[in-house]
Amino acid sequence: MKKLPILLGATLSLLSTSNFAAGRDYIEIVGSSTVYPFATVVAETFGKKTKFKTPKIESTGSGGGLKLFCSGNGIDTPDITNSSRRIKQSEVDLCEKNGVSNITEVQVGFDGIAIANSKKGPTFDLSLKDVFLALAKEVPGEKEGEFIANPYKTWKDVNSSLPDTKIEVLGPPPTSGTRDAFAELALEGGCKKIDWIKAMKKTDKNKYKEVCHTVREDGAFIEAGENDNLIVQKLVSNKDALGVFGYSFLDQNSDKVKGAIVDGVEISFENIADGKYAVSRPLYFYVKGDHVGKVPGIAEFLTEFTSEDAWGDDGYLTEKGLIPLSEEKREEVGSAARELKVLSLDAS
Amino acid sequence: MSNSNSTEIIRAGLKKRYAREKRFRLFGIASLMISFAFLLVLLFTIVSKGWPAFQQTYVKLDIELDESVLKVNSNSDEDALYSANYQKVVRASLNKMFPGVSGRKKKRDLRNIVSNSAAYTIRDDVLAEPKLLGTKQTYWFLAKDDIDVFMKGKIDRNLPEDERRLKDYQFEWIDKLIEEDRLEKRFNTVLFSNGDSREPEQAGMKGAIMGSLFTMLVTLMLSFPIAVAAAAYLEEFAPQNNKWVDIIEININNLAAVPSIVFGLLGLAVYINYFGVPRSTPLIGGLVLTLMTLPTIIIASRAAIKSVPPSIKEAAIGLGASRVQTLFQHTLPLAMPGILTGTIIGMAQALGETAPLLMIGMIAFVAEVPTGVLDPSTVMPVQIYLWSDSPERAFTERTSAAIMVLLGFLVAMNLIAIMLRKKFERRW
Repeated sequence: MKKLPILLGATLSLLSTSNFAAGRDYIEIVGSSTVYPFATVVAETFGKKTKFKTPKIESTGSGGGLKLFCSGNGIDTPDITNSSRRIKQSEVDLCEKNGVSNITEVQVGFDGIAIANSKKGPTFDLSLKDVFLALAKEVPGEKEGEFIANPYKTWKDVNSSLPDTKIEVLGPPPTSGTRDAFAELALEGGCKKIDWIKAMKKTDKNKYKEVCHTVREDGAFIEAGENDNLIVQKLVSNKDALGVFGYSFLDQNSDKVKGAIVDGVEISFENIADGKYAVSRPLYFYVKGDHVGKVPGIAEFLTEFTSEDAWGDDGYLTEKGLIPLSEEKREEVGSAARELKVLSLDAS
Repeated sequence: MSNSNSTEIIRAGLKKRYAREKRFRLFGIASLMISFAFLLVLLFTIVSKGWPAFQQTYVKLDIELDESVLKVNSNSDEDALYSANYQKVVRASLNKMFPGVSGRKKKRDLRNIVSNSAAYTIRDDVLAEPKLLGTKQTYWFLAKDDIDVFMKGKIDRNLPEDERRLKDYQFEWIDKLIEEDRLEKRFNTVLFSNGDSREPEQAGMKGAIMGSLFTMLVTLMLSFPIAVAAAAYLEEFAPQNNKWVDIIEININNLAAVPSIVFGLLGLAVYINYFGVPRSTPLIGGLVLTLMTLPTIIIASRAAIKSVPPSIKEAAIGLGASRVQTLFQHTLPLAMPGILTGTIIGMAQALGETAPLLMIGMIAFVAEVPTGVLDPSTVMPVQIYLWSDSPERAFTERTSAAIMVLLGFLVAMNLIAIMLRKKFERRW
């Protein structure tokens, strides 16, 4: 039992070397789980190609990432945060309040959200309005200005040209950025097609948002968790169900599932890049300018991320399912990133 | 008369009682069978899915280390050698083998026969021996995940072309490679020698295993002494029938039932936000898991100390030993097997834990293998979670393989606990 004091001593000495804030020799990245698969590939390549350490990347979700990012300007806060939406004014204010004023915004590309079903099932040709009517909690009733609880049971009820199968859609839970984007782009996109609801945006904005963003809760929309692989597996075993997930999962599982045609446009690499496919969103990351020079490798990491090898039309990120920006936009964003241009939300 | 009457009654009820007993036994056997069947199904799916991951396909390529293509020669300085584009010679070799491939997609598919680690393999070789430049070398490179998945028979080439990931022209290339004996399956050492990677064929568990090891080390070094001291005090020194001692005891027992995510939140609030311990390190992981394992070890240690017969303690005190001497020289050594068993079981629990680590940033992509408690790292269960969430198909088998490795560690730890108990247990 003489070892006990030794163990204690060792532990204490371990803890007392805790001069943590002294510095960090690797880049710390947090943020969106949608950008995570792309940022990790760049980080890994960066770690192999250069002599810098491989950055550490946490997947915290866009909101959680920005919160951490804006929590302070010290070296113990993250250097970069990924986001599947643009930073909000409230978040810029929070950053400002905590001394983070030097932020650079980098748009990396687009992500398409697929509405897909099993290869064995029929091909769905949906309009955004169909998606809204099938999945919203409240839909317009007979009269203008009247809302009723969603009565539609089958796709045929929604639109007579659609198959006569039960509405059953597997999708991400409300905590997910994919769900936010789906609600905003697909549901609201369809919602807007109904003129009198669109007019409501001006008169009763809260009601408009509530109607257009709320997903039905009677079992037709099933929250399947954050794991997109799970949704794909469930689609394979249930050919009548549809699933909502990121394009990269559709791309990897093209032998099992197929994407629905949305508003007459097939989901494909080209159609998302052109902006023809309606349910796609831009992806960003934000860099803390004050950390450049303090944490080694940030400038070089930006150079790697914005190189044609990475985010170009033929770069390794496209292999992972990222939809690149147009060439002009890449040039513009890339040079702004390398110069560490400070973010201003009013511009662009 | 009354006697035979009661015998009658008993005899009449006997059949019913036997039947009841039989029924109960059947229930017992049935529940055993059900749990056993679940275990078998679980193990079968994991092993059958994960087994192929222990093999990895390699491709043989002849690489011409052409100085004019690489734009360096054996006299170039190290930086030039480091940053030369070795991908070019790999592509040149593939183009030579399969001439006339045109179109962006086909070209990309062609260079995706080998993993992109090939260029770094060549780079490291050239850096070690610059004289290799200008010569022709034969290399066995890792094959890209799609090729690997096909070689393991997971892609059915009879399916229509648009329903599978590999196209007809890719099958032609693979057939040619097989014909020339350029594809080979070997034991997957990468799985144990590499850190995490987003390319399935390069992804390994070493980072996670080392991370788990460091985390467990911190947990053990903190929780063991604290728990044993607490247990010894409560059993041997604490005043009996004292209100405060009772409260402490009840709290320790309750603590053992607290959901582990709560400890993660506590760790975030206290260790990270207040003390400034760096996120994602084995140190913070170990600190949080210590909180979680403490009650388990304290409870086990108290039971072990309690089971040491009082006669031994009394004899020691009777011979003039102080209470501390009695504790350290008699009680603790005799209670040690029980304490160690409790410790190992607590550790095994901590090894499989992910929920509290979520809060303290250990669910992260860390490619480099950690070398100390202050390096960023993940742990094994987190690695499993991250792989299961990856879109690439080849990660499914690696996920199962990682589960097998983790289960292996857990079984080993539990075995050690059982062996310790068997070997040192004493009956009084």
